[in-house]
Amino acid sequence: MLSRVANSIFWMSRYLERVENAARLIETQLHMLLDLPSLREDPNAWKPLVDITGDGEYFSEKLGAPTRENVMFFHTFDGDYPHSIKSCLTSARENARSVREVIPSEIWEMINKLYLEVAGMGTSLKAFTNPHKFYSDIKMASHLIIGIAYTTMSRGEAWHFAQLGRYLERADKTSRILDVKYFIMLPRLDYVGSSMDNVLWSALLKSTNSFEMYRKRFNLISPQNIVDFLIFDREFPRSIIYCVSHAEQSLFRITGTPVGAFNNELERQCGKLSGKLNYSNVSEVMSMGLHEFLDGIQSDVNKLDNAIFENFFAIKKVTDSNRAGFQIQ
Amino acid sequence: MNFDSYNPENFYDEFFETPGQPRAEVKKLVDRVNSFSKRELSNRQKAAEAAFMQMGITFGVYGDQKGLEKIFPFDIIPRIINANDWNLIERGVTQRVYALNKFIHDVYNEQKIIKDGVISKEIILSSVAYRKECQGLIPPKGIWCHISGIDLVRDEKGDFFVLEDNLRCPSGVSYVLGNRRVMKHTLPVVFESLPIRPVDDYSNRLADTLRNLIPESILKPNIVILTPGIHNSAYFEHSFLAQQMGEELVEGQDLVVMDDFVYMRTTKGFERVDAIYRRIDDDFLDPTVFNPDSLLGVPGLMQSYRSGKVALANAPGTGIADDKAIYSFVPDIIKYYTGEDAILPNVPTFLCGDEKARKHVIENIADFVVKTTHGSGGYGMLIGPFSTKEQQQKMIENILQDPRNYIGQPVVQLSRVPVIVKDRFEGRHIDLRPYILYGEDINVLPGGLTRVALEKDSLVVNSSQGGGSKDTWVLAEGSI
Repeated sequence: MLSRVANSIFWMSRYLERVENAARLIETQLHMLLDLPSLREDPNAWKPLVDITGDGEYFSEKLGAPTRENVMFFHTFDGDYPHSIKSCLTSARENARSVREVIPSEIWEMINKLYLEVAGMGTSLKAFTNPHKFYSDIKMASHLIIGIAYTTMSRGEAWHFAQLGRYLERADKTSRILDVKYFIMLPRLDYVGSSMDNVLWSALLKSTNSFEMYRKRFNLISPQNIVDFLIFDREFPRSIIYCVSHAEQSLFRITGTPVGAFNNELERQCGKLSGKLNYSNVSEVMSMGLHEFLDGIQSDVNKLDNAIFENFFAIKKVTDSNRAGFQIQ
Repeated sequence: MNFDSYNPENFYDEFFETPGQPRAEVKKLVDRVNSFSKRELSNRQKAAEAAFMQMGITFGVYGDQKGLEKIFPFDIIPRIINANDWNLIERGVTQRVYALNKFIHDVYNEQKIIKDGVISKEIILSSVAYRKECQGLIPPKGIWCHISGIDLVRDEKGDFFVLEDNLRCPSGVSYVLGNRRVMKHTLPVVFESLPIRPVDDYSNRLADTLRNLIPESILKPNIVILTPGIHNSAYFEHSFLAQQMGEELVEGQDLVVMDDFVYMRTTKGFERVDAIYRRIDDDFLDPTVFNPDSLLGVPGLMQSYRSGKVALANAPGTGIADDKAIYSFVPDIIKYYTGEDAILPNVPTFLCGDEKARKHVIENIADFVVKTTHGSGGYGMLIGPFSTKEQQQKMIENILQDPRNYIGQPVVQLSRVPVIVKDRFEGRHIDLRPYILYGEDINVLPGGLTRVALEKDSLVVNSSQGGGSKDTWVLAEGSI
C-alpha cells in the first residue's frame, strides 16, 4: 500500500474517532446537567470539557469564560480549533477523499453526507433546534461508518491502518477523560454515597460509553472499580488495554512480525506499552498515582505515533550517499 | 408534465421532427415522460441531484470556507442515439484516432508527411503542443494516444461533424459512468423498455488498454493513475477510475525514479511501477525535462520512459495532433495514412496564420466562431453572433498580434434536445464526446458525454461556461 494512502486512512479513522468522542462528551454533559440543577449555575461546570483537551490556553484566549455556549462552540463549530467536530470532519473527509479508490464507496458517502450536514449548519449554535439529537446523530453516524467498514472491508492493510488509527486515538481519549474527570471528582468527597456522586461517576462512564458494560461487571459504582474497568478490562472495547492490544495486533499484522517480538523501534515501543498494561493492575496504579500512570500512557501513545510516521509514512529515497552506507555495512 | 407545448423551432431537434412528432428512437421515452405529473418529474430530478451530491461527484468551489460544493448540472431527460447514427460515429472516430496516432508517430520520427508536402514543417514546429523532447521516441507498440475523446456536433440538417480532437488527457468519462448509474434509479421503467448499450465495462477496457503496454514477461504488473491531487477539478474521475480498476492512485510525491526505474513509496518500501495512466499535462510531467517549476510531476520520469522502463498513457507530445490549426488538416492526414476519405467531416476552418483566410475571418467576424489553437474549456473564444462590437474589435487585435494562434469557423447551429427548465421543456444545444481506447485494437465506448449549453440560445457547452450534461443512450443494433 502507498505510504501516503496508508497515512490518509490512519488519519481518516483517527479523526472520525475524535469526532465521535467530542460528540459523546458534550452529549453526556448535557444529560448530566439536566440531572444536577445545582451544577447548572456553577460557572465552572463546563470547564472539565476544556481541560480534557489540554488546550485551555487557546480556549481562554479566544473565547474567554467556559460557558456552556463557548464550550459547545469550541468543541463543535470552531473552525480555528483543529480538534473541533467541524475541523475533524473536514480533515476526515479530506483524507477519505484522497483514498476514495481504496475505501468502500459507502464509507466515503457516509463521511461526505455527515460533513455536508454539519458544514451546512453554519457556525452558530443558534442552528441547533435540538442539541441532544444533534450530538446523538453524530455519534450514530460514526457507529454506522464503523459498521460499514466492519462488514465490507477486506482485512488487509487498509483495514489494519484504520484500526491502528482508531484504537490509538481511543486509548488516548479514554486516558484523558479518566485523568481529568477523576481529579475533578475526588475533592468532592462529601458527596460520597450521595445521589449526586452517583450521577457524576455515571457521567464519567457514559462519556466513554461504558456505563452499561461497567454495570454488568461491577454492580457498585466506586472510583477504584471505574479506574480498573477503563484501564484494565480486557473485554470492553474502549478500555485502554483493549485499545492498545488491538492497535498492537493490527500493527503486527501489517509488518508481519509475530506479536511478542520486534524488528524495529516501532514494534519495540508498541510491545513495551502493551507489556506495561498487561503486567500491571489497578492497585499498583493507584499507589503510584493515577495521574502519573495516565500521563505515562499518553506520552507512550505519542511516541508510538511518531514511530508509526517514521516507519510507514516517511520512507526515504535511496540516494547515492545512503546507498554507499549500505555497501559498507 | 409533457411535451405538448415543446417547440423544436428552426434547429435540428434530436427528439422531434416537427412539433408533437417524436423520432422513432425517442417515442417510448416521450410517451413515458408525458405520463408523469410535474411534481413526479421534478422529484426525480431532485433525487438525481441529491445522489450526485452524496456520491461527492462535485467540482469547482472546493476549498470554499463554507464547504460549498456544486454538482455538474444534470438533466434527467436522456439523449438517445439510434444504432445507425452510432455506427457512423463509431467508424468515423475509429478511423480518425487511427490516422492521428500514425500522424503523431510520423511527426516525431521520419516526418514523411512533411517530406511529401501534405503539411508544412512550420505549422508543426510553431505549435505550442509540439515537444522537441519527443523526437525519435518510439512508444510501446507504436501507440501514442491510448485514451482520446473526439467532440462531435450535429448541424441544422442533423449531419455529424468533428469539432475538436482531445488527445492529451480528455476528462469526463466518469460522468458518463456516474450519469448512467444515477439514471438507472431515476427512470428505471423507460430504461427497461429500451435496448440500451451498457457503458459499465469501460474500466475493464481501460485496464486492458494499459496492460497492453506492459511486456508479458512481467506477471504481476503495477499500473497506477497519476493525479495532480485532490484539488484538481477532475480528481473525482481519477479516484473513480482507480477504484473501478483496482489500481493505485498516485501523486507525484508518491513516485521516485531510481536507476531509470519508477518506484512508488509503499508501507513495505519501494515497489516498481510498470505503467502510468497520467492525468497531468506534459508540462508538469517531469521538471527535469519540461516545466522546471512543476511540483506535480516526477523528476527523471521522461528518461525512464525513453529507456522503456515504464509505459505512459497517453504518451507525451500527443497534443500536436489536437492543435486546432493542425485540426484543419485532419481530413488530409486521414487520406494520407489510410487512403480513405474522412468518414466524419470537419467543420470548415480558416487558419488565421494564412493571409487570405485571416482577412476573411476578420471581415466576417460577426458570423464566425474564433478560437485559440491550443485552448480548451471554452476559454478565450468569441462567438460572433452573440458578441459585442468591442469584443469583436478586441479579438481582431488578438488575431493580428499572433495569427498562428487563432482559427475561425462559421457558426454551426448545434442540434438541440429538450431540457427541463422549471416546469416545462425547452430546447437547448448539445454536443457529444465519445471516448476511444487504443489498445490491442481501437474501441469506442457506446455512449459518451452529452454536454448541454443550459443557457437559452448559448452554443457553449463547456462545464466551466455554464454547461451541464445528460446521460447518452446508444441503442443496440436492429432495435429501431
